[in-house]
Amino acid sequence: MANARGFVAINEEECKGCDLCVVACPVDVLHLAKHFNTHGYNPSEYDGDGCTGCGVCFYACPEPGAITVFKNWEESRHKYLNPEGEGVTSLTLKDPVKGVAVIESTGDTIVLSDFRKLNFAE
Amino acid sequence: MSTKILSKSQGFYDLYERRPGSDQETTHYCPGCGHGILHKMIAEALMDFGVNDNSIIISPVGCSVFAYYYFAAGNFQAAHGRAPAVATGVKRALPESIVISYQGDGDLAAIGGNEILHAANRGEAISVFFVNNAIYGMTGGQMAPTTLIGQKTTTTPYGRTVANEGYPIRMTELISQLQAPVYVERTMMADTKSINTTRKAVRKAIKNQVEKKGFSFVEVLSTCPTGWKVTAPQAEEWVKTTMTQHFPLGVFKDISGDAEPLNLTKDQLPAERIPKAISLPLGDKEKLVYKIPETVSEEIKISGFGGQGVLSLGVWLSEFGMREDLNVSWIPSYGPEMRGGTAHCHVKLSHRPIGSPLVAQPTVLVATNRPSLEKFEQEVVAGGKIFWDNSLIDISPSRSDIVSLPVPATEIANQLGNTKAANVVMLGVITAVSDFLDENIVRRTLPEIFKKKHLLDLNMQAFNKGLEFAASLKQMT
Repeated sequence: MANARGFVAINEEECKGCDLCVVACPVDVLHLAKHFNTHGYNPSEYDGDGCTGCGVCFYACPEPGAITVFKNWEESRHKYLNPEGEGVTSLTLKDPVKGVAVIESTGDTIVLSDFRKLNFAE
Repeated sequence: MSTKILSKSQGFYDLYERRPGSDQETTHYCPGCGHGILHKMIAEALMDFGVNDNSIIISPVGCSVFAYYYFAAGNFQAAHGRAPAVATGVKRALPESIVISYQGDGDLAAIGGNEILHAANRGEAISVFFVNNAIYGMTGGQMAPTTLIGQKTTTTPYGRTVANEGYPIRMTELISQLQAPVYVERTMMADTKSINTTRKAVRKAIKNQVEKKGFSFVEVLSTCPTGWKVTAPQAEEWVKTTMTQHFPLGVFKDISGDAEPLNLTKDQLPAERIPKAISLPLGDKEKLVYKIPETVSEEIKISGFGGQGVLSLGVWLSEFGMREDLNVSWIPSYGPEMRGGTAHCHVKLSHRPIGSPLVAQPTVLVATNRPSLEKFEQEVVAGGKIFWDNSLIDISPSRSDIVSLPVPATEIANQLGNTKAANVVMLGVITAVSDFLDENIVRRTLPEIFKKKHLLDLNMQAFNKGLEFAASLKQMT
């Protein structure tokens, strides 16, 4: 799956490890992690590659904020609104499994499951 | 799906600040619970249609009782089963709002069976989401009306039987038989396809309301992994293979396409008619000045035979108290005996908030028969007043630390030609003697109080006679 279109970021603290997204994923790129989150659940985890951005896991998930799906990651990642306030910048994935990306303009990192900070241009 | 990023809907609060405890980021639902999925669909639809800020979600009793923790919309939490009744009131009071009744199967199909059927039958322009997981989840997995035959629950440990518990009730079929509903569908949330169908049904039910089409009802077969004691994927499988055998999926009724938009404008009472509607004196704009003390705290007990008007007299005193901007309470009390016993009422008039409406130590006792005087005389506070009808009571109060006011109310009323006016005579005396009643207030309020207008003249005469008698009483003392 070299040409992954989508990207899925999982907020592991909001995940309850119910397994529904893992079962639902049509391309089978999600799994339950071996480690626990602070609530004692094995959170769902992205394999790191192969997401098509279909959104099936998002609607299968009962937790409002646990899953974020970028339907077209290659397009979205170049439209990140610069936190310095000057136009758009690009994101580069640093840790696809944890959903961590680097903001090109500042060098800072962003966790892509943090829906409060997802400021993208249209 | 047109948005490029699917993330937590703005229809939810960022942080669930209403949720007690340290975890305000996740819902309280168990892992794999269907409620969360449906919540997401509703929040998304409300945002997509641009009506979230104008929506009121009525949450039920059940696991989703705390829906108001999560939805960033208006919320009511209704008593068990009453969500459609509350939704009816909200929708009628605020016809432009989007009102959603969200209920589980114990709530909607058991205790609330009546409410939902009549709300549907009236065709209230609301959207109802019915989450059917065939069990009472919150209380620990008891049998619900929708529990399947053979299904084991804590209250049907050997499985539900037809002989003992009857058949699982099919609410969607019931409601689809009614004339008024415009859209009735049953869906499930068990796999990608069915979740998508449910999402469309949710959107349609809400859109129907946005377009003022009428009553929409969506039953969603949902999972309760905890109550069913299975994993979430197993629960979805059970919905798919077992629940659907008894609860067939599909659109049972859809006339929303042909339905004309309802005229939901509220019948507003013109401002100029409001004073009359609430019995305010018309054309009287000057601020009333009461001749009553600055601190009133009266506890009044009025007692007599049933039929002597003792309860009415109490209601009137409360009414005057309200006109004097006092806090008031009135509570009747009558024994099990139908005749011959005493009926009495407790009245409180106070500048301060009233805690209990019960009067244990009256400052004023009105006794219109002998048993009442005998029964309550000892309760009166020292210095309190006892008004007693000496045309009927052949004894006198025995205490010397109270003010005894004998009033031949029945005799005076008889002379006027109607014994029943005795309580009005008594009112006249009370008004004249007590400082907590302003004669002008009483006089202007009486015509509004007496329902039989042809007796108004007689009653006003009786009131005046009472005042006259009080004046003579004062001269004597």
